[in-house]
Amino acid sequence: MNTQRNIVALLTGILFGVGLGVAQMIDPNKIRNFLDIAGNWDASLMFVLAAALVTSFVAFKIILKQKSPRFSDVFAVPTQNNIDRSLLIGATLFGVGWGVAGYCPGPGFAALALGSWEPIVFVLTMAVGFAMHRLVTR
Amino acid sequence: MNNFTPIAALIGGVLIGISASLLLWLNGKIAGISGIANGALWAKSMNERVWRMLFLVGLIGGGFIYLMLFPNAIHPRTGFPLWLVGVAGLLVGFGTALGSGCTSGHGVCGLGRLSVRSLAATLTFLVAGIVTVFVMRHVLVVA
Repeated sequence: MNTQRNIVALLTGILFGVGLGVAQMIDPNKIRNFLDIAGNWDASLMFVLAAALVTSFVAFKIILKQKSPRFSDVFAVPTQNNIDRSLLIGATLFGVGWGVAGYCPGPGFAALALGSWEPIVFVLTMAVGFAMHRLVTR
Repeated sequence: MNNFTPIAALIGGVLIGISASLLLWLNGKIAGISGIANGALWAKSMNERVWRMLFLVGLIGGGFIYLMLFPNAIHPRTGFPLWLVGVAGLLVGFGTALGSGCTSGHGVCGLGRLSVRSLAATLTFLVAGIVTVFVMRHVLVVA
């Protein structure tokens, strides 16, 4: 079971990374041009999100009707549905960071393939950010 | 509009959606990259850490495959202050941990499940990102 799950994780990761490449989301300027609605706006990312969303919406509806996932016992789907301060403050800080450099976590990892310094610095400092959150909430 | 690429965007988005769907259908997991990265470091069991690391290795591998197929499509950004990337990384790491998700977890998977919580998060980080780029490019004119 673990082997199957690990192979699935690797392959879905690859597919996700190719998708980010095709969508050009590993180009941080592309992201910032999307967020720049007052400038020379590039709406492409809206199409990425919409296509990913529609695909997952349709598929999730079918998938979550199953009793359990193919290779494990339960669907690990979040059950929380409250909108609290942590959610809103966290999303705000994330949004600011996203706008500052043009990287969110997925493209940050996939962009490591470019072999330049920016994604390396981004991924390392993101890990430091995770660690800071652990310290604060301990 | 600036380099608008709707067809590539739609194809890329569908691939991302299929990936997230396969991960949920086969492994029962949500493809939220910030949560996967965070858990790769600190999940309680080794099994939980290993699949997350493999997913992240796959993400980088996927980036490589794309760049091998289209070597001239994307070039690394040059001239952008590296310290700003570091500040951004800290904010993204802390913010996604506190807010339990990022573009993929809330924006794709959460909205795909019609979660109101994810809708609130997505609208919040979109507005914060738009305001940030507006201030940096049009008010302070820094980067």
